[in-house]
Amino acid sequence: MIGALAIILGYQLVGEVSSRALNLPLPGPVVGLCLLVACCLARPALADRLRPVTQGLLAHLSLFFVPAGVGIVAHMDLLREEGLGLVVAIAGSTVLAIGAGALAFTTVARLTGSTAPEDEKPDV
Amino acid sequence: MSDPAMIWSYLTQGPLLWLTATLVAYLIGDAAFRRTGRQSWANPVLIAVLILAALLWVTRTDYQTYFEGAQFVHFMLGPATVALALPLFDNLPRVKKAALPMLAGLLVGSGVAVVSVILIARGFGIGHEVLASLAPKSTTAPVAIGIAERIGGRPTLTAALVLLTGIFGAIIATPLLNALHIRDWRARGFSVGVAAHGIGTARAFQVNETAGAFAGIGMGLNAVLTAIIAPLALRFLGG
Repeated sequence: MIGALAIILGYQLVGEVSSRALNLPLPGPVVGLCLLVACCLARPALADRLRPVTQGLLAHLSLFFVPAGVGIVAHMDLLREEGLGLVVAIAGSTVLAIGAGALAFTTVARLTGSTAPEDEKPDV
Repeated sequence: MSDPAMIWSYLTQGPLLWLTATLVAYLIGDAAFRRTGRQSWANPVLIAVLILAALLWVTRTDYQTYFEGAQFVHFMLGPATVALALPLFDNLPRVKKAALPMLAGLLVGSGVAVVSVILIARGFGIGHEVLASLAPKSTTAPVAIGIAERIGGRPTLTAALVLLTGIFGAIIATPLLNALHIRDWRARGFSVGVAAHGIGTARAFQVNETAGAFAGIGMGLNAVLTAIIAPLALRFLGG
């Protein structure tokens, strides 16, 4: 487990350094993600080694957003002043973006014939 | 018997108290989420944030002090982002097959997210600095902060708006996509990742592994595209 964690941190470290050194628009962890996919393609055994730890991390992905989320308390003044506008803008824009994005995806999937198999679909 | 004030002052010196509080608040949020049958409105992040905000208020603790303890949890965002490589690798054949639908979903979802938030906020008379903090709200926090700084926004405000967007997106996604009759896990996950970054991705993983993998890809791609779109949209629409 510690070995797998060290490997993951190593990819993040290389990602951070190359993001800064090369002035990439991507943040370090995203560069690390891309590098790790490339290395898994070259050596699939690496994926099997890391999988137990990555599954553990991703099962609690929500937890890692909590400290930044509590930061909302530092902006209560602005939220009180412009609260209605901010809430309507965020809520409206998020609904429009999810809906439009999903419809664009399914429309093009239908046009290009790359639809998902029936057994993989949710019951809605 | 020691003075309780002494013990309290010891606790406020180190990370132990707020690190523990963060984990316990999350466990309560997660338990509530499971107890309600994984209803999307019982979002674990939202519940944990509300509990901790109330605790900080009651104990008159400022956010700086809290974050000194909670930063260990915050740090794990980086390794967790790297860990998204595994579901992406596992789903690579499906991802290659869906390249064109993903491109369409990315361009439309990202464009609508940036343009609509600027237009709606302007309609409410919100000023330029807050608009610049709002424009990258659909991207993952570290990227959004970088974009906001470049276009004249406030970094910490951006982080808060990004979080609100993620929590709202995670809560609204399931009922919204059901109402639209979107029955493709790939489209459901991808659109949520594009519009509601990591918190939307976390929600997608709670529901379905394929949706989670596509959400992670949507989040990553949108981080790049918003870095290009947000400055342009703000220049033409930001007044």
